[in-house]
Amino acid sequence: MADGWIDACAAEDIDAEDVIRFDHAGRTFAIYRLNDDTYFATDGLCTHEKVHLADGLVMDGIIECPKHNGRFDVRTGEAKGAPVCIDLATHKVKVQGGRVFLQIG
Amino acid sequence: MSTTVDAAVAFRPRDYSLTGPDTEAAIARGLSQATWYTCPVPRKQMKELMKRSDGPAIRDTLIWFASFIVTGGLAYYFWATWWCVPFFIAYGVLYGSSSDSRWHECGHGTAFKTRWMNDVVYHIACFMILREPTVWRWSHTRHHTDTIIVGRDPEIASPRPPSIGTLLLNLFQLKSGPVAIKKLFIHATGRLTAEEATFIPEMERWKVFLVARIYLALFALVILACVWTRSILPAMFVGLPTFYGGFMTLFFGLTQHAGLAEDVLDHRLNARTVYMNPVFRFLYWNMNYHVEHHMFPMVPYHALPALHAAIKADCPTPYPSTLAAYREIIPALLRQRREPSYFVRRPLPAAE
Ligand code: FES
Repeated sequence: MADGWIDACAAEDIDAEDVIRFDHAGRTFAIYRLNDDTYFATDGLCTHEKVHLADGLVMDGIIECPKHNGRFDVRTGEAKGAPVCIDLATHKVKVQGGRVFLQIG
Repeated sequence: MSTTVDAAVAFRPRDYSLTGPDTEAAIARGLSQATWYTCPVPRKQMKELMKRSDGPAIRDTLIWFASFIVTGGLAYYFWATWWCVPFFIAYGVLYGSSSDSRWHECGHGTAFKTRWMNDVVYHIACFMILREPTVWRWSHTRHHTDTIIVGRDPEIASPRPPSIGTLLLNLFQLKSGPVAIKKLFIHATGRLTAEEATFIPEMERWKVFLVARIYLALFALVILACVWTRSILPAMFVGLPTFYGGFMTLFFGLTQHAGLAEDVLDHRLNARTVYMNPVFRFLYWNMNYHVEHHMFPMVPYHALPALHAAIKADCPTPYPSTLAAYREIIPALLRQRREPSYFVRRPLPAAE
């Protein structure tokens, strides 16, 4: 870990328009790859009932929670309406040398 | 059917309210917001199943609207003759019963890919079935979190011991309808019931109050139209079909969970998958694949048959027909009258 960047996974570990779960230091995160090959990261648990978002569906930059279909913008963490009312924390991501690095922020 | 029954558990009267002792007991036993069993489905396959599209729901909604126009038009044409009866029955079933599956699927936001289309059909269907959109969105959210957990789930259709009288009255919404209307008045005055306050967050409540006022205004308009025209005809098209056409809502709805286990964390034990004919499946938008829907609510209605095929080896045998489901449900409910601890136990594949 250099400058707070955590080596999370290989860039190719995540399919386009998909999400994976990444656990680190007792916390869980969701790392997303969108169709244009940009990567984003958020807290891994839904703000509604603490369900892992990595089991959900990524669609046009939105992650839909697998439990009650709550939706968040993966780029900003914004909750897009009931039943999710609280935004998701986002974290910085960079891709270097084919690896995805996460900075918990 | 390879189902068996179990009456071994000693019965103590349960409190199905969301504010009573069973609520605390469910939380204390770890039954609330618990982790539920899910059948293994590879991520790649699940992503395919979850995929959204507008096509199937647009097609079905166009057929739905066209059916309203045809049945409603013929009912109007034959009004004041006996010939209008079958057309009003068909119109009423579309209005008061098929709206159940439309609010449900669009409430999950999975029927259409396009968000606003889900929202428009959701609001239309909610009005038809007399379910206030915000209240029911949150009540259904709780139903999915704590499915058939006593004291937590607000949508248990047949609490034990079941009241057969209530079920029969609700064939035409004669018990649930007046309750819904009473709640409209409560909400229109800016209040919630104590139970609703347990599952509707503060920030959403203004919507409840606003929509209740809109619903009451719409009903007032219908009554005015009836007075103006000196005929019940306007109400036969808007308002009354919720009641006279609501019987299929109960007919389909009871197949979901009635007579099955309470307080279990496995949808294979407390929900039914029932094979239905194509007409029923259109009216019910594949909600008959109910185990699948509860286990994976992200999968749209049109992909539920494929999901069923993917997990059926890990699920109890589905019911071959609605009739087969009722051959189990009716005796189970009657027996629960005498013996409330009785429930239908669904054998899981490993135990078969
Ligand atoms: S747990 Fe995510 S929407 Fe409810």
